[in-house]
Amino acid sequence: MSTFNNKVRPDLQTICEWIKPGSRVLDLGCGDGTLLAMLKKERDVNGYGLEIEISNIVKCVNANVNVIQADLNAGLSDFDDNTFSYVIMTQALQAVERPDRLLNDMLRIGSEGIVTFPNFGHIRSRLQLFFGGHMPVTKTLPSKWFNTQNIHLCTLQDFETLCADNKIKIVQRTVVDHNHRSSFLMKLFPNLFGEVAIYRIQRK
Amino acid sequence: MPDTLPENSVGLVTAQTMHFDVPLALACGRSFDNYDITYETYGELNSDHSNAILICHALSSDHHAAGYHSMEDRKPGWWETCIGPGKVIDTNHFFVVCMNNLGGCKGSTGPASTNPETNKPYGPDFPIVTVKDWVESQARFTDKLEIKTWLAIIGGSLGGMQVLQWNIDFPERIKHAAVIAAAPKLTAQNIGFNEVARQAIMHDVDFHDGRYYEHDTVPRRGLMLARMLGHITYLSDDAMREKFGRELRQGKISYGFDVDFQVESYLRYQGESFVDRFDANTYLLMTKALDYFDPAADFDDDLSKALSHAQANFLVISFSSDWRFAPERSREIVKALQNNNHDVSYAEVVVPHGHDAFLMPINDYLDVFGAWMGHLVKEVSS
Repeated sequence: MSTFNNKVRPDLQTICEWIKPGSRVLDLGCGDGTLLAMLKKERDVNGYGLEIEISNIVKCVNANVNVIQADLNAGLSDFDDNTFSYVIMTQALQAVERPDRLLNDMLRIGSEGIVTFPNFGHIRSRLQLFFGGHMPVTKTLPSKWFNTQNIHLCTLQDFETLCADNKIKIVQRTVVDHNHRSSFLMKLFPNLFGEVAIYRIQRK
Repeated sequence: MPDTLPENSVGLVTAQTMHFDVPLALACGRSFDNYDITYETYGELNSDHSNAILICHALSSDHHAAGYHSMEDRKPGWWETCIGPGKVIDTNHFFVVCMNNLGGCKGSTGPASTNPETNKPYGPDFPIVTVKDWVESQARFTDKLEIKTWLAIIGGSLGGMQVLQWNIDFPERIKHAAVIAAAPKLTAQNIGFNEVARQAIMHDVDFHDGRYYEHDTVPRRGLMLARMLGHITYLSDDAMREKFGRELRQGKISYGFDVDFQVESYLRYQGESFVDRFDANTYLLMTKALDYFDPAADFDDDLSKALSHAQANFLVISFSSDWRFAPERSREIVKALQNNNHDVSYAEVVVPHGHDAFLMPINDYLDVFGAWMGHLVKEVSS
């Protein structure tokens, strides 16, 4: 599910720092299982990844990560209410059919949600659209408009509005660039200079 | 018949039979005082008996899971795709065991065996055996092999049901469990198909209430019909369309009831060849075992509760076009396991082949299965 440049995952280290040791974690769109393997090793979590691509299922099994083949667009009805400490979704929000429903489902299953997505409000995207007159193609968003899986791109502002409308509380927000660096400018103007947004959310 | 045996085959194998004389009480209330279990093994058991894998067979198969009985054999064992040196279930590393279940017709005590009380074949007097009974008999067999814990128990379809039952009845004796194209219980539609198959057999004039051995006949037509029906349900609509379409056998229709279409010819062939290798009473028994399987029934109809004591690391696999044991049924198993926080991975392989896909060399399927088995190889090699 992840359409993000796989070589650079600036969001994973931050997530790892946020997770309490020994937690039960569900990772939506877990890709090759990198995050879960990392959380298992460094945070002693147990849990499952959901993934749609069979090639990634094979990689997860190879990495000894519990993975369940599932389509996030089909919903999460196989999971009961309040059964996970964290439900994580990295770089998949923008690729699902109904991000709003999935966010609500995440907080039905888990006590806390962690969401990361590429910020479409980043200055490079804005400049390309404004001066170039074309849909942005950047390091974090490398596909063209017609072949991208990112069908619901949003900015930090869009995401926060969606949370407010759905009574979702933002517990913590971090923005980083594609090298996992943060800067003074990013802190001051996150929606303009943050390339990747990382949020901790809870039910209000 | 092969001139030479393929290098990645276990080669020529011989079945063995083990006799049991400790009474086995069955779910139906009856019991066996004595019975035989026929089985095959492939690969070598290591010194601490930690590399043993039990294969559980499905409705119409038996203990002959891999290799050839003679150079004259037309086909190898039923899971040659997966079992052999260098294959997914690698006999270079594992000691693989497959036994013919009680009630079978390939050597283990079954309806054609002599009933010691009457000195005639059991026929319809053979007790109904359940998946739970089989697992109990398999556990006793395990004791005789001096295997304390199975490294893995693996099964497809009805075999997958036995794997589940093992995890309920003997959780401490299994380290890894693979449940392929299975279900936690049959649907009404599934039981319906089984009932039609049974009626076909029982209404054959040669059935003689199951005592056809004594009449020196075989309910050929009934068993053939049962198999033809079953075969349709093991394939998908797409698979049949792709394989046969509306292709005509003679190039034109005959305006009669002889075989016109290739699919008719194929089904008749499948049905007829099945009659030569399978016993009608065994078919009746196996379908009943399938129908009765519902381990959650003893746990308030809660499969999660039934599997709460499982300790194994699970792999569950289903096939997208399998409508007899649909992916939804496998997901019920996965849900019950994840409710208990058990280790489980699940793959839903996209294929057009239907239920029979679990016997076929399908890349995605073997890749996932192989990746999972790879950890077992490491476990026995370390």
